[in-house]
Amino acid sequence: MAPAEPTVLAQPASPWVTRLVDFVRQARHNGFRLGIQEEIEALSIAERVNISNQQRLRWGLRSLMCCDREDWQRFDELFDRYWLPSNRQSMTESPNRGRIDRGAGLARLASGDAERTADQAEDGNDPEAHDGGTREGASHRELNERSDFRQLQDEGQMQEMERLVERLARRIRRRLTRRQKVKRLGQRIHLRRTIRASLRYGGTPLDLVYRQRRRDRPRLLLLLDVSRSMSFYSYLFLRFARGILRSFKDADAFVYHTRLVHVSEALTGHNLDAMRTRLAVLSAGWSGGTRIGDSLRAFNRDYGRRTVNGRTIVVIVSDGYDTGEPETLSTEMASLKSRARAVVWLNPLLGREGYQPVAKGMQAALPFVDLFAPANNLQSLAALEPRLAAL
Amino acid sequence: MMDALARFQDDLQAVGYVAERDLVSTLDLAVQMRKPLLLEGDAGVGKTEVAKALSRLFDCQLIRLQCYEGLDTNAAVYEWNYQHQLMAIKLQERDERSASDAEKHIFSRTYLLERPLLRAISQTESPVLLVDEIDRADEEFEAYLLEVLSDFQITIPELGTVKATTLPYVILTSNGTRELSDALRRRCLYHYVDFPSFDKELSIVLSRLPNIGQRLAGQIVGYVQGLRKLDLRKHPGIAETLDWAAALVNRKVAALGDDPETVIDSLACLLKTREDREALVPEVSERLVARAS
Repeated sequence: MAPAEPTVLAQPASPWVTRLVDFVRQARHNGFRLGIQEEIEALSIAERVNISNQQRLRWGLRSLMCCDREDWQRFDELFDRYWLPSNRQSMTESPNRGRIDRGAGLARLASGDAERTADQAEDGNDPEAHDGGTREGASHRELNERSDFRQLQDEGQMQEMERLVERLARRIRRRLTRRQKVKRLGQRIHLRRTIRASLRYGGTPLDLVYRQRRRDRPRLLLLLDVSRSMSFYSYLFLRFARGILRSFKDADAFVYHTRLVHVSEALTGHNLDAMRTRLAVLSAGWSGGTRIGDSLRAFNRDYGRRTVNGRTIVVIVSDGYDTGEPETLSTEMASLKSRARAVVWLNPLLGREGYQPVAKGMQAALPFVDLFAPANNLQSLAALEPRLAAL
Repeated sequence: MMDALARFQDDLQAVGYVAERDLVSTLDLAVQMRKPLLLEGDAGVGKTEVAKALSRLFDCQLIRLQCYEGLDTNAAVYEWNYQHQLMAIKLQERDERSASDAEKHIFSRTYLLERPLLRAISQTESPVLLVDEIDRADEEFEAYLLEVLSDFQITIPELGTVKATTLPYVILTSNGTRELSDALRRRCLYHYVDFPSFDKELSIVLSRLPNIGQRLAGQIVGYVQGLRKLDLRKHPGIAETLDWAAALVNRKVAALGDDPETVIDSLACLLKTREDREALVPEVSERLVARAS
């Protein structure tokens, strides 16, 4: 139908070529993952579908420029804004005005947190921590790894940290899987059965039979405290949970404050804004105090039998401030521990200097916890990985 | 230009695949540009069918690589046929052959078992390569696949590099159980396949079950479409609709409203988790029937 390579490439002055390339760049500013290669291919597509045919141009560019469902849902709006005559003026004059703001949802929901964080930041001993401008670069990342989550100031840093936390969660999964594989290869050879198996090959031991203990990959189950006292950390841990859920197929996540909500599905959606909105709805009653014991009881009753078994590592993220009865908490913790492979308690306060786990709730829970670890910065989360693998 | 697209759409319909125009447009581009096409969407929206239809349309081989966790090169690319090699060694022991000669013989293509990826690039005619549920494979395999898809050559240490004789049409599908890498996504054209519209699903049912009445087919599709709007754990796909329609035809149901009990009984075709079965109480079902009629 069309030639393999579009001839228009040789004439960059052509006005629609400029417009098309400009469109790809606009899309890149709006968070689409596009490079030079896509600019060239966009031209090639336009050539093939005949640029005057708006519908086919839309479909063609959509299939090229979208990388996932989130892009897919935003594309039509972007296309209309750019190409439809009524919007043309505003888009070309001021590219930034027409931007679709991806972070708007977070801005709305996290602004409260950000303000509080600013108040708390007086103890930030690293002056660079307040330089909120840069988004990329290794030095910046290193800084993030040690800085306490509380000291994140603006929305940019918040989002950057959320991304890092999610990536860390995926790395944990890679490590856990690899460890298992290496281990499997390192098992001892089962000599008798190897020789038996070699008989069919005239005595050459071709199929080696290994003696191995079955050891399944752990199944992670997250219980996140989203009460007011945890509000500095909630969104970060939700992103952490999202990373875990997306990389471990059989992981599960719940949030609780006064009651328990199953959030795996809300978290794994592709659209971050929709996820935030849904979570905000789920977490209505945010400030009503924490009932850890009651939430755990609800969990044990409704989900425990199905989701917790000898393969499950239960990870509880909480500061341990419980407004319920400590007895309830210790009973429920005991029953949880009896069924799970291990119980991990991550406490963001533990990383702070001078913190002692003296809260009544914490005291009630500690005897049943296999691993009690801090979780106040990226470094502490990263340090978790080898310890999780060892459980 | 529009005519060519319409013709492509008709051709697809003729081989039993009813496709929306935008999907046809994407397919057309993927075929022309020889770029892999990544299809995402819920289970049961007919992603895999696309590849099958394409192979029927081009009258070429369909090579399918079903991904799963732990998929490795032995299962996906190639493997040596150890048993035959061993036999050859034993037989050669009597011959006066130099060692290097013998080695060359043993590691020749005669003893190479082609697995889907290698097979896909060494055909005489372009096949359709379906990489099904790529999200189930590990990241390592995804990276390897990316390499094959960009170079269309495979290196076998003992044999050298095998270059593609023909470029396959590549279709990848994903259910979104794992996030795919940006690199892979950027290599491919992308299409999100949604549940079909009423009209499309109706024409699928009518084309697959020709002796179903127009009225019953309409009711069935209306019912299923209503069901997908409910907050269920797992929404029924097109295959489920077809199963259900076939079951109802079997039971000689003429209209959904006539026989609410059979409708409820046969819902096992549509709802496959206990929670969903419990959620769909008879009243809800009746409401759906009423709306579909």
